[in-house]
Amino acid sequence: MSLRKFISNKSIAALAVIMTAFANTSAFAQAAVAETAKKPVDMGPVYKSAIFYALAFLLLCLFIAIIGKALKVYELTREAQDKPKGINWNTVNAVLFALFLIVGLYGVYWEYTVHGNMILPEAASEHGKKIDQMFNITLILTTIVFIATHILLFGFAYYYKYTNKRKAYYYPHNNTIERVWTIVPALVLTVLVLMGFLTWRSIFYKIEDPNNKPISIEVTSSQFAWAIRYAGADGVVGTKNFKLINSINALGIDFKDKNTLDDQSADEMVIPVNKPVRLILNSKDVIHSFFMPHFRVQLNTVPGMTSYFEFTPTITTEEMKAKTNDPTFKYLFLCNKICGDGHYKMQKEVKVVSIAEYEAWLKEQPTYLTDDLRKEFNLPVTPVAPAPVDAVADTAAVKTNQLALKN
Amino acid sequence: MSTISLHDTHNHDNHDDHGHHKETFLTKYVFSQDHKMIAKQFLITGIIMAVIAMGLSILFRLQLAWPDKDFPILETFLGKWAEGGRIKPDFYLALVTIHGTIMVFFVLTAGLSGTFSNLLIPLQIGARDMASPFLNMLSYWFFFAACVIMMSSFFIQTGPASAGWTVYPPLSALPTAISGSGLGMTLWLISMVLFVASSLMGGINYVSTILNMRTKGMDLWKMPLTIWAFFLTAILGVLSFPVLVAGVVLLIFDRSFGTSFYLSDIVMGTQILPNEGGSPILWQHLFWFLGHPEVYIVIMPAMGLSSEIMSVNARKPIFGYHAMIYSLIGITILSFIVWGHHMFVTGMNPLLGGVFMITTLIIAVPSAVKTFNWLATLWRGNIRFTPAMLFAIGMVSFFISGGLTGIFLGNASLDINLHDTYFVVAHFHLVMGSAAIFGMLAGVYHYFPKMFGRLMSSKLGYLHFWITFACAYLVFFPLHFLGLDGVPRRYYAFTEFEFMQKWVTVNILVTWAAIIAALAQVAFLFNFFYSIFKGKVSSQNPWGANTLEWTTPVERIHGNWPGEIPTVYRWPYDYSKPGADADFIPQTVPFSQTMGSNMPHDFEGNTESERIQREWEEANPSSDASK
Repeated sequence: MSLRKFISNKSIAALAVIMTAFANTSAFAQAAVAETAKKPVDMGPVYKSAIFYALAFLLLCLFIAIIGKALKVYELTREAQDKPKGINWNTVNAVLFALFLIVGLYGVYWEYTVHGNMILPEAASEHGKKIDQMFNITLILTTIVFIATHILLFGFAYYYKYTNKRKAYYYPHNNTIERVWTIVPALVLTVLVLMGFLTWRSIFYKIEDPNNKPISIEVTSSQFAWAIRYAGADGVVGTKNFKLINSINALGIDFKDKNTLDDQSADEMVIPVNKPVRLILNSKDVIHSFFMPHFRVQLNTVPGMTSYFEFTPTITTEEMKAKTNDPTFKYLFLCNKICGDGHYKMQKEVKVVSIAEYEAWLKEQPTYLTDDLRKEFNLPVTPVAPAPVDAVADTAAVKTNQLALKN
Repeated sequence: MSTISLHDTHNHDNHDDHGHHKETFLTKYVFSQDHKMIAKQFLITGIIMAVIAMGLSILFRLQLAWPDKDFPILETFLGKWAEGGRIKPDFYLALVTIHGTIMVFFVLTAGLSGTFSNLLIPLQIGARDMASPFLNMLSYWFFFAACVIMMSSFFIQTGPASAGWTVYPPLSALPTAISGSGLGMTLWLISMVLFVASSLMGGINYVSTILNMRTKGMDLWKMPLTIWAFFLTAILGVLSFPVLVAGVVLLIFDRSFGTSFYLSDIVMGTQILPNEGGSPILWQHLFWFLGHPEVYIVIMPAMGLSSEIMSVNARKPIFGYHAMIYSLIGITILSFIVWGHHMFVTGMNPLLGGVFMITTLIIAVPSAVKTFNWLATLWRGNIRFTPAMLFAIGMVSFFISGGLTGIFLGNASLDINLHDTYFVVAHFHLVMGSAAIFGMLAGVYHYFPKMFGRLMSSKLGYLHFWITFACAYLVFFPLHFLGLDGVPRRYYAFTEFEFMQKWVTVNILVTWAAIIAALAQVAFLFNFFYSIFKGKVSSQNPWGANTLEWTTPVERIHGNWPGEIPTVYRWPYDYSKPGADADFIPQTVPFSQTMGSNMPHDFEGNTESERIQREWEEANPSSDASK
């Protein structure tokens, strides 16, 4: 039979190729080892190791091809001898599905317990607790569906594998069952939608408590830095205008507005525990995203548009250190919207402290208004009583710092 | 071997429906107007683009796994973009951008819809060709031009577009914001306009062909689910793609003519831009108005193909044929009103967030119905594991896994912390990436005989499936947990943040899994191209399927059927019908030839047929008892 001849020819050819390939790769391997020992600067060894990997892969392909040919020869001989088929690939695949199910279930368990333990600690804000709770409910529901449907999917694949003894069950439809599995997911989703909707409203539609007014903090993003502005004594963050931006007025604050005069700049975000914080977010150049994962806070910062997010931190940094058992733990916020080359390193530290510590810290922070700016806005250059000269120097330092970050 | 795969043998005697003209190489393979050849052109271009996009993904996976290591070989190929063997941050962003663009648009839209709509619509509804073969050819060549232009951006000084595949302005509008927003972005925009034109020409063709050119007896409720899926996909594309062009045109104006549609109050460094009054959010609305239907444009053909393949190989009718169609229609309609869930945290009015959350979670219901129906199709089937069947089952698995995480992301409150993290990456790579690719691969293995008249090696198919399936899960499952730890996507390196450093080891695992999965595709590529020329010659109906395409000759002649186009009498899923001789009854077999297996619902209330059937059953009581 010509086919058999064809196979034997092929096998001989394959064997020849494998021999040469093996000889070559081992030669290259030796060469590569020798070259790396000398630590040369030229690209020779790099190419050689690339060729080595390519050949190793080719060798693997050849190996697979040989196995394939062997299987074919085996099956053809079985056929030629009128014996039943050697390998029942239906069974093989069915068993693989069953194995995949078992290994997969263990893998999911492993992932949930090992990687699941590496995720964010509990939410450090009031609304974050609600989000976490809803996350857990959703996780439980979806995990049940995930496991159940996969047991059915792979289980059916295993149990109903092909056999010529059986005929498939002709079962084109069943309106009752279809109604059930339309209505049940619809009901479950209704519950989830309601929960999500109510939580969402409670996050974004807050009724202000006159006795516990939020602290206003403005965050302005730019490539690739954050600028933080505290409202100062009047509790109001003053207006700004992008057209006023220059080298000494990095945010374009409009000092004609009285509310701006006491606005303070800060190098990090310090917030008091259990007091609502109202974030005023915008951007100088492209879209960034203000993301504070530990507090379940995220909102994009958009040029030309101001957005607001109000939240109440509930766990101080020190408490979180104890809870996570990690003395180096720190809160932070980072950029979560692609914004350019430096996207991956836009971060600032957040400290949650007691109200007393917060007030003490805030006193130390310089105002935005410097003598240079006073001159620019024709304001009287008078040393303000609580801010002595060194505070002004501080401001200048911060300014240069920000400029340095921008460059 | 009398058949040579790429050379159709023309049978002039039987080819009386078409005026015949001599075909040259150019009209046959290049500017072909035959829907089967155009399908192959789309498929092979799609495969090439998929290989390129996969290569790009391996490059950025290398960077993520070994951020501190040099790969000098990269400098050889990438030059200044990988100086010293390390990919640069802006090139990293270009890689993720082009990977996303190619995969979503060029592979999973054109490569999937373009291939199988073109191949199957005329064959499965019984038409000689598309409604407009010329437009169809133009559709491919616009697509090809779009591919070339997109790839050409790798050969320019400033590099390809790098603002992410969603190209949000102002980043994409200002060349000073990122180097990729220079010429690279212009090429991206031109390429997308051509692509949309291609997709529209295709879509209009598919819709008009399905509505007007069905053979006798092929009413809408006798169409295979594949055709329903392609039909609704085409409608989605026709209605949503133009909106992207509108958005793209405005962006071109902003970039080149100084308008302010998307730009306002911007200061680059200390340079104050004059733009005022625009809104970057507008782009996001326009983009996602296409972008969300787009993910269904990607997944619905995969659903249709998997439904068909699972029914054929489980030798069992698809469970709930009508429910499957109604759920597809439901998905089609709902997909237009959910785009806002991509924008929960953009600063859009929170009221809208609430509304979009409701519509988004409703869309999970038809998806759940489809999943349960697939499971019910497998139940008590007699499953043959062809490679196509394996991929179809894999598609269902990915659709479940990825779909369930959608319930988290569709919930606006949970999205606050998950938005733009790796959780999102994991979610959409499973539900629309892996699931759609698996649907596509299932289609390739299943319809290969219809395209090339030969069979692909099933053993290589098994190898390909199992490695890819396992590795896809290894790649994407762990990524969910990075997202739950608040790790943002599109980060060049995790080294700048202390809390991310623990994930670098996971990244190494993921990268290795990705490399192995990529190498496994060699098995597919070899199998595909080898089998075109040397594969086992196929029989006319190798899978024992009911649909019309398997009544055409293996030689794949121009005009599809040598004689008259067959008439359709029944739905396409009469597999293992009790009382029938074979375990499948093709759509072309009239009920009068299968008296022993007819069921009351087959006649759809036609009293005359029911009477004839009743009389026959009275005359043949034995066969009635066997039911």
